[in-house]
Amino acid sequence: MTAATGPAVGAADRCAYALRLGDDALVLAQRLTEWSAHAPTLEEDLALENIALDLLGQARHLLTYAGAAEGQGRDEDRLAYWRDDGEFCNLQLVEQPNGDFAATMVRQWLFSTYQRLLYLALRASADPDLSAIGERGAKEAAYHLDHAANWVRRLGDGTEESHRRTEAALLGLWPFVAEMFSGDAVEARLVAAGVAVDGRALRPAFDAAVDAVLAEATLSRPEAAFTARGGRSGHHTEHLGHLLAEMQHLHRSHPGASW
Amino acid sequence: MTVEPGAPLWEVFVRSRRGLAHQHVGSLHAADAALALSHARDLFTRRGEGVSIWVVPAAAIHASDPDAKGPNFDPADDKVYRHPTFYQVPEDLQL
Repeated sequence: MTAATGPAVGAADRCAYALRLGDDALVLAQRLTEWSAHAPTLEEDLALENIALDLLGQARHLLTYAGAAEGQGRDEDRLAYWRDDGEFCNLQLVEQPNGDFAATMVRQWLFSTYQRLLYLALRASADPDLSAIGERGAKEAAYHLDHAANWVRRLGDGTEESHRRTEAALLGLWPFVAEMFSGDAVEARLVAAGVAVDGRALRPAFDAAVDAVLAEATLSRPEAAFTARGGRSGHHTEHLGHLLAEMQHLHRSHPGASW
Repeated sequence: MTVEPGAPLWEVFVRSRRGLAHQHVGSLHAADAALALSHARDLFTRRGEGVSIWVVPAAAIHASDPDAKGPNFDPADDKVYRHPTFYQVPEDLQL
């Protein structure tokens, strides 16, 4: 670790890094919000929206941090509502459509398993703001993981129909797993400075956690049909554009509106 | 996924930061105790209301008969001497 906490040190990298984590949280929050009033039960509706609100809170902190690191006066709203899909750096996993309830839960489970490990490690960041975000986010992610893993176990080890749907969801989403651990030059520079988490190092713990739940869910780790990549550098599946159109439409139609 | 129509009812009790006892806060439907606790956390402690949750199957709660309210509770109304405030504390009592 070197002294990397000065405001100017690696500012562009720190902005890019916070945007990645912030966009993950923002896009998944938007996806989960689509369940509002459509969840299987009232109780689950509340649970999903609680998770969405936790993620939105994380996104606000991270985008605000990114805007400050960038130093061009962009605040959280400017970054959330006025960037196009090619400027979003989220994982392709989180932009995937909700599908059925099993697909939403498998997506949440995979992401929260990763995010919890990431935030736990981020607590040791040399950057006090990122460390604080990790501290708070790790607790939230632990609950999201608990909730989603609970459902993956129940659905996988449930009825023939729930097992079939959960297995299909896992098969469809598994190609998006590797991207979480791919790493790149931005991350490597920040890791060297003690600011960021080395994503590649999280993979063994992720695999162990995933395998444990899969065993209880009577499911097995699938082979990825392909390997998604590019989300961190602005390459996305067709789904993100539609999501952003809905999320950004109101703000762009009425800039600065509040209620 | 279809809603389980027969998911049992659970009564939820939350212990707040301020108090010592769990208090009844409401009820919810869930397939089993683990889900009931999870849902209770989301429904009843999302504004920092509690530090501990109990869930109890509603079927396990036995209530007193509302029609027996008179015989059960009215006799206590005129027993003021059962309240500590009924008694005068002597002025020279050393506490």
